[in-house]
Amino acid sequence: MGFEEVRFEQDSEKALRNKSLQKALVNVTNRFRSARNKASEEVPDWEDLRTSAREIKKETIENLDKYLLILEESVKRTGGKVHWAKDAEEASRIIVGIAREGNVKSVVKSKSMATEEIELNSSFEDAGIKVVETDLGEYIIQLAGEHPSHIIAPAIPKTKEDISKLFSEKLGIPHYDKPEELTKVARERLRSEFLNADMGVSGANFAVAETGTIVVVENEGNARLTTTVPKIHVALVGIEKLIPHYEDLSLFLTVLARSATGQKSSTYVSFITGPKRSTDIDGPEEFHLVLLDNGRSKILASEETRESLYCIRCGACLNNCPVYRKVGGHSYGWVYSGPIGAIITPQLMGIDKAPELPFASSLCGACHDVCPVKIDFPKVLLELRKNVVESKKGGTRVLERLGIRLWRFTVEHESIYKITNKLSYYFQLPWKGSNGKLNSLPYPFSRWTDQRDFPAVAKKTFRETWKEIKHEAG
Amino acid sequence: MQLNNPKRPLKVYIFITCLVDTFFPEVGESMVKVLKALGVEVDFIEEQTCCGQPAFNSGYQDDARVVAERFLSIFDKTLRDEPGKDTYIVCPSGSCTSMVKVFYEDIFKNSPELLNKVRHISQKTFEFSEFLVTVLNTVDVGAEYSGVITYHDSCHLLRELGIKDGPRELIKSVKGVEFKEMELHDACCGFGGTFSIKFPKVSVSMLDEKIECIINSGADTLVSSDMGCLMNIGGALSRRKIPVKVMHLAELLAKRG
Repeated sequence: MGFEEVRFEQDSEKALRNKSLQKALVNVTNRFRSARNKASEEVPDWEDLRTSAREIKKETIENLDKYLLILEESVKRTGGKVHWAKDAEEASRIIVGIAREGNVKSVVKSKSMATEEIELNSSFEDAGIKVVETDLGEYIIQLAGEHPSHIIAPAIPKTKEDISKLFSEKLGIPHYDKPEELTKVARERLRSEFLNADMGVSGANFAVAETGTIVVVENEGNARLTTTVPKIHVALVGIEKLIPHYEDLSLFLTVLARSATGQKSSTYVSFITGPKRSTDIDGPEEFHLVLLDNGRSKILASEETRESLYCIRCGACLNNCPVYRKVGGHSYGWVYSGPIGAIITPQLMGIDKAPELPFASSLCGACHDVCPVKIDFPKVLLELRKNVVESKKGGTRVLERLGIRLWRFTVEHESIYKITNKLSYYFQLPWKGSNGKLNSLPYPFSRWTDQRDFPAVAKKTFRETWKEIKHEAG
Repeated sequence: MQLNNPKRPLKVYIFITCLVDTFFPEVGESMVKVLKALGVEVDFIEEQTCCGQPAFNSGYQDDARVVAERFLSIFDKTLRDEPGKDTYIVCPSGSCTSMVKVFYEDIFKNSPELLNKVRHISQKTFEFSEFLVTVLNTVDVGAEYSGVITYHDSCHLLRELGIKDGPRELIKSVKGVEFKEMELHDACCGFGGTFSIKFPKVSVSMLDEKIECIINSGADTLVSSDMGCLMNIGGALSRRKIPVKVMHLAELLAKRG
């Protein structure tokens, strides 16, 4: 994804005008939301599970250096290879290098946000290696040449008519109307891709330090095929995906599935520990774990925002976010969207690349309420807002800075505060409409009054009224 | 409707938000009326202006800290000057109350002395409905109003302070009121302070959904506990000439037959 700068306001307005996107967003987020609510209410100690999950993640992230080395040892012990990638470019170079060494012509991929993050597909294509996405949603998105707009439902904006047209154009087949027919076509095409592929690339939902096990959660079976059929399996995993102990998995798999889709468990949960052993009938001959930093250690260094790394990518914050539900994933400018995108994109890409994102929230806190690891989104957003104001980009906010200065000077002095209110009362009169409210104000307040009335400053403020009512009996 | 035999005299210092002071003084008056009717001594410290939230939420934490410190010293001193009474701070806003009770902890996390003041004030500070229900132990304040009411959960009151049932109980106890819960009653109205002018189109699209829910509820009156939300929702209702009345909970509770 050619990433220069996030343009949230511009892109969100485009999304708001897109009627079919608006319809799709309501449908999908409502479905996920009610499924998640039901699934969490079924578990009597749900809140305790969230607390435990947070505690484990906190302890892990605080001791990430130690656990990463344990993970490396464990993977080596089982016959796998471990690679460390400091950024996107290095990660792509390592993975394309593994492919070249194995004389790989064709790659199948299961859904992975980390590979989206490093734009792995374009690196493969540049190297002349064919790469095919095998998650149905990702397959559709790849055919359309687009990018995912939701962590677990990447093809949200696409209707079945869109997909029918797309398949017909790209795969040279007739128009099919029924989702079953379209799925069947994709399944047939993908099956041959699996059988011909020399390498499978996956992400991971969890990497278990003590056993070196990679856990992949999915509903289509494509990740299982990706990680078992080709002779080489590469897993690209962000360093924050680590959990210390195998026994922690039951907790995390429970909160992940229920938060993401409302399922008790995903249809497929694959536990992959090293390459094929001598006693195994099948499985890949080589297993490579590529550990990706790409800005994560910068987040780790910030005590205030470190909890951003607790995320297990369930997508519940997206489905419950009143902003995401209107603007969709692409408005957030990069692979991660919704509240989690608003907090990690500015941190991973640099705050100057996405200065709008920490402000792209009403701070309503619905995300915090549903997060399975209780990330305090409002708190992190507020911290990032502070960072924006203090950054280079923040320096360009002349009007806002002036406004804040004036406000501060006013509220620091009661006498000035009172005079300001009095002056505002008379100053506002030209804008006062017949309904007693202000109907149109100059910029920047016009951004309010274009579609809403603004209340008028009262003729008598409360403090003036107080003098009259303070001695009144109750 | 009177207090259950209070052991010590009870005094409330009202914390009037800058929005209420400047734009909606009737909300402050109503709150005073309700509290006095319940036998509470009410006082207002005129030096108070703002809690600092506008700057804090916009990322200007240094400016916010200066204003918050001013707020803190005014109220800390006042409460310490009244040793013989049970003193409280009561505010007609979930948002400004949570600024003091939740976010001041963050603002002053590196100043132990100020943090002590924050904690002293925090335990004495209550949002208006919370004060009635948990301190005065009252849900029926003797109000009367004829109408169908729906309630909008303001985000900070609901999620930062965890207050959900109290305001509903208070509304339902008003004589003559029929209460109707709307769909998505806990969804943000799109206000979010400066969010509403930074991203007006997104803000209004959230507001559209809220207004649809209000209309579908069949209510003729919308009640909430924060004037921020109500000036946003009310601003669109009046612009669109939708005949739903907008009222702060304090105003409702001050109504008499």
